[in-house]
Amino acid sequence: MSITTIKPFLRLSGLEPLIVRPETNFVNVGERTNVTGSKKFARLILNNQYEEALSVARQQVENGAQILDVNMDDALLDGVSAMTTFINLLQSEPDIAKIPIMVDSSKFEIIVAGLKCIQGRCIVNSISMKEGEAKFIEQAFICRAFGAAVVVMAFDEQGQADTLERKVEISERAYKILTEQVGFDPQDIIFDINVFAIATGLEEHNNYGVDFIEATRIIKQRHPLVKISGGVSNLSFSFRGNEHVRETMHSVFLYYAIKAGMDMGIVNAGQLVVYDEIEPSLKELCEDVILNRNNDNNEATEKLIAFAETVKAKGKVQERDEKWRDNSVEERLKHALVNGITEYIDADTEEARVKYAKPLDVIEGPLMDGMNFVGDLFGAGKMFLPQVVKSARVMKKSVAVLTPYIEAEKEQRRLAHIAAGTINEEGAGAAKILLATVKGDVHDIGKNIVGVVLGCNGYDIIDLGVMVPTDKILDAAIHHNVDIVGLSGLITPSLDEMVHVAKEMKRRGMKQPLLIGGATTSRMHTAVRIAPEYGNGVIHVLDASRSVTVAGSLLSNESKPAFLEQTYGEYVKLKHGFDNKKSNKKYLTYPKALANKVKIDWDKFQPVKPQFTGAKVFADFDLNELRQYIDWKPFFIAWEMHGNFPAILTDEIVGVEATKLYNDANGLLDKIIAEKWLTAKGTIGFWEAGSEGDSVIISRKSKVESQEQEEIRLEFLRQQIEKAPGQPNISLADFIAPVTHDSRLSIHDYLGAFAVTIDGIEPHIKAFEANLDDYNKIMLQALADRLAEAFAECLHLKTRKEYWGYATDEHLTNEELIHEKYLGIRPAPGYPACPDHTEKYKLFDLLNVTESIGITLTESLAMYPASSVCGWYFANPQSQYYGVGKLQPDQVEDYAKRKGMTLDEIEKWLRQNMEG
Amino acid sequence: MSLIHEELEKRILVIDGAMGTMIQRHKLEEEDYRGERFKDWHSDVKGNNDLLSITQPDIIAGIHLLYLEAGADIIETNTFSSTVIAQADYDMQALAYELNVASGQCARKAIERYKALHPEDTKPKFVAGAIGPLNKTLSLSPDVNNPGYRAVTFDEVVEAYTEQIKGLLEGGVDVLLVETIFDTLNAKAAIYAIKQFFRGKEELPIMISGTITDASGRTLSGQTLEAFYISVKHANPLSIGLNCALGAQEMRGHIEELSGIAVCYTSSYPNAGLPNAMGEYDEQPHETAHFIEEWANNGWVNIVGGCCGTTPDHIKHIADHVRKIEPRRLPELESELV
Repeated sequence: MSITTIKPFLRLSGLEPLIVRPETNFVNVGERTNVTGSKKFARLILNNQYEEALSVARQQVENGAQILDVNMDDALLDGVSAMTTFINLLQSEPDIAKIPIMVDSSKFEIIVAGLKCIQGRCIVNSISMKEGEAKFIEQAFICRAFGAAVVVMAFDEQGQADTLERKVEISERAYKILTEQVGFDPQDIIFDINVFAIATGLEEHNNYGVDFIEATRIIKQRHPLVKISGGVSNLSFSFRGNEHVRETMHSVFLYYAIKAGMDMGIVNAGQLVVYDEIEPSLKELCEDVILNRNNDNNEATEKLIAFAETVKAKGKVQERDEKWRDNSVEERLKHALVNGITEYIDADTEEARVKYAKPLDVIEGPLMDGMNFVGDLFGAGKMFLPQVVKSARVMKKSVAVLTPYIEAEKEQRRLAHIAAGTINEEGAGAAKILLATVKGDVHDIGKNIVGVVLGCNGYDIIDLGVMVPTDKILDAAIHHNVDIVGLSGLITPSLDEMVHVAKEMKRRGMKQPLLIGGATTSRMHTAVRIAPEYGNGVIHVLDASRSVTVAGSLLSNESKPAFLEQTYGEYVKLKHGFDNKKSNKKYLTYPKALANKVKIDWDKFQPVKPQFTGAKVFADFDLNELRQYIDWKPFFIAWEMHGNFPAILTDEIVGVEATKLYNDANGLLDKIIAEKWLTAKGTIGFWEAGSEGDSVIISRKSKVESQEQEEIRLEFLRQQIEKAPGQPNISLADFIAPVTHDSRLSIHDYLGAFAVTIDGIEPHIKAFEANLDDYNKIMLQALADRLAEAFAECLHLKTRKEYWGYATDEHLTNEELIHEKYLGIRPAPGYPACPDHTEKYKLFDLLNVTESIGITLTESLAMYPASSVCGWYFANPQSQYYGVGKLQPDQVEDYAKRKGMTLDEIEKWLRQNMEG
Repeated sequence: MSLIHEELEKRILVIDGAMGTMIQRHKLEEEDYRGERFKDWHSDVKGNNDLLSITQPDIIAGIHLLYLEAGADIIETNTFSSTVIAQADYDMQALAYELNVASGQCARKAIERYKALHPEDTKPKFVAGAIGPLNKTLSLSPDVNNPGYRAVTFDEVVEAYTEQIKGLLEGGVDVLLVETIFDTLNAKAAIYAIKQFFRGKEELPIMISGTITDASGRTLSGQTLEAFYISVKHANPLSIGLNCALGAQEMRGHIEELSGIAVCYTSSYPNAGLPNAMGEYDEQPHETAHFIEEWANNGWVNIVGGCCGTTPDHIKHIADHVRKIEPRRLPELESELV
């Protein structure tokens, strides 16, 4: 039985849960249901128009507020009664009550009145120490008895915290009291460390933005679980009346504050400018003011004020709107989607409908392109949820215009069928095959190829896409009454997921055969781990071409029993062989293996110092340059054409087709490069490093200012198989000079890391899908993969010759590169030399991968976008690639300890190295 | 660590089955409910099952004993409606405190009898003080034309539950069981009452058991299971679970989900299937036990038993089936976000 682990996330609820995870990025608290902040809302409440007031709340939710701030602090109102009435009404509206409430008041009795009406887990906004500790503790206790999380204002007996030091000091004191005396969990504490107005003309206000951002950084460093919040609109108070400048300031401020660790803020969910869409000149002015740069004698402030005047004079709405209306209809639709403008969408959609052959093309073409673009920006942290929700609304509006036409077309088709006497529409009678890439995995080239191949052979393919949970797969299988279920996966954790699917199929009493495919799968694994879990046929399919014969055998009543029986027999034999072979090899105990490490004479070793330490980002690397580093062999393998490149082009059998494919690939590549379809984003970094046993200690510049360096421990695994005399039991840690502990820890060597991704594939994939052009879709995916690999190769070369510079005189051909003739290695977490995928978290943290180049990790630690590569750099001339092979329990136990993980958990990640 | 904690570490505990179903078997009439003491009561009291703890304590203790003999480790007091709010239906508000004391004593007495009859069974037995959901809810308006209206206030509910808690404590319960929660806010009021009552004192362990009412997978007040759990986890309960409304078959997915998110022990005591057209429960003891055994084998549960329609026979089958199965292990709480 494995133990579940539960992370210390802030968990809130309305009718539905809101779990604030690291990847949540930023939580928007809707601010318009606040009588102090919204004149309209205040007027409605004062006039007793609660129904209309509810629509303000609904609007906030529709605009993407994830939490709703409710405040009834008005001198003319009975706050307790207004809060009670409004919240009770609100609880009766499921589309609003689904999100958690932030009960906001400066009077605690009003807060309590709100809490008494809410079944979900709320946030109290706020309590503070301004009236002393005793009162603070009493109020905190009551909040806790209601189960609420609390916002603590940085306020004490002396007043509001206005400097960096005071913000940190008060938060620290409140943290201690809440966790030690009241029993709060750190993740349930939210510090509002006061956003103050800047650019007021008073110089002492100029650093307020920086103070907030830096205090955020320090508090989060000390207490990573707490949350930081703030009322963002205070910042731009001096620009009242100039919404354009205010919104821009908010976006710029949030961009930096979120980077520093700000988790949530009270914002008008509908009104944030997309950071990337801000005019560069205004962006720079705002940055100067917020970061207090170039601001001697209020210089930056003056400039922004001057700029604000011009915007005001022109009237911003017209000025901003005019230009984009002149573009093509596709561009206009995209603009409307990205900026969430519904004003012209009906007319633009109608124009597009007339222009395109079918109404559906408008959806699959420009609308999807725009939405994909929005998705990319969101994924890269450049758009926030509310903006995305606005985009989706534009999309819906547009689709609504098209729907009647689509329905009419369908009806026409139906009538035509009736007239022709054919009752069923397309696909009648064809056997159905369901395909899915399992949960946690984003790779689908192989699955797409299988889908195309099977589709070409007359099967009806239901493709559920990537990252599909078991239930969804099996529900769909039942719903569509499919004949075969096919699973795909590329990374090792997907294997466990497939076992789970098999178990569930058995439990649900399903009858369909289960096909297993994908780069990480094998006949052996299928036989040993998956097939025993499900009795109605589990077949490993090596590649797409095999899938046709397998499907054929399974769907013929005559051949099916014999085929299943034969496969079953083979698998039983395989499993038997596997079970019995276990004892054949000899393994060393972990201490013995450790003693037999790679011998390197460290006394004579002189590490080469890299050009820089820390990370360097390549935001848009030249694809033309990458092109020459492409290793074509795997490209042909993806298309199931095996052979060496370029020999394959003249191969007797496949030569002609291979050449066609190669030409097509280069044609598409020309287009990708010329039209900038894809962006190569990468980052590399180097740090001082020293080894200690199988750990490598990395020293890096701390993210906290008060601390210079911090240490990060990477953990590696060591071969344990008994080697021939004189052969070492290798661990990657062997290739880093050991630390010495003279008077203090002393580090003598360096280690590097890299991550690269090819971004921007989605819109083009969708476009191909819309055109039913699977060929180019798969081609594009395969090329993106190749470009990512080429990028990794290219950066490694530059690292060797330039950035690290340990092999400045290297001159290798591309072929020699492919054959890894170079010095030093770049092994990837999750692959044979370091099979533990979870070390990717550290790599991502060191390089700031997600923020800087937008790669994210799934729960199975697959990288998304799928065309991404990451790894470590080792420069030591003796470093080499190898496989860790089978691990013994003693090492796994030690490793779990080093990683601070439970044995169950680490075994899950290392299972492939513990069996076989 | 409390004794019940220690036991939960060792094995799956069995909680008893339906009280109402067993009372029905006695085919009691109005005068049986009234007993000597309430023979002149001004309104009908038939159906006030909680009253039987005062008027027919032997019947109630007898039912408890049957469940203990069937293998229950935890028996629930007959106090589902023993609050000033629920007793208003019979105009017996003033009896609320006494009902809780009497019911607690019935349960304690049953355990004494059982121990005397079965000295060979050395395992500890526990009394759970049942805190029911009330017949008035804090999140829902009984008036469709006035969605903001509430038939009861939070403070009234806290007061009613505080009285019940005091009575249960006096009656000698080991655990407080807030159960059949269909409106989370009512449960939050119960938790609030418990937290205020025990402030500065040693708190009794709290069991919490919600009710997913139908195939929507939500509580009656509209929360998803996870939202419900998040809303009550500040109680720092001994266990969280589900009971009533669904049979084991319909409850399975929810129990699986809960076992994956709950920091504490998990409990489940489903109905004996879904009621048939006559409102009766048909699921046979071995069927219920079969479902629950599978959950236990999957490592999803720490406390199991039955709700409406289940009988000592159901409990016996359940107890027999889970006896040798390892209890669910508590999840590991991580201290870092990634």
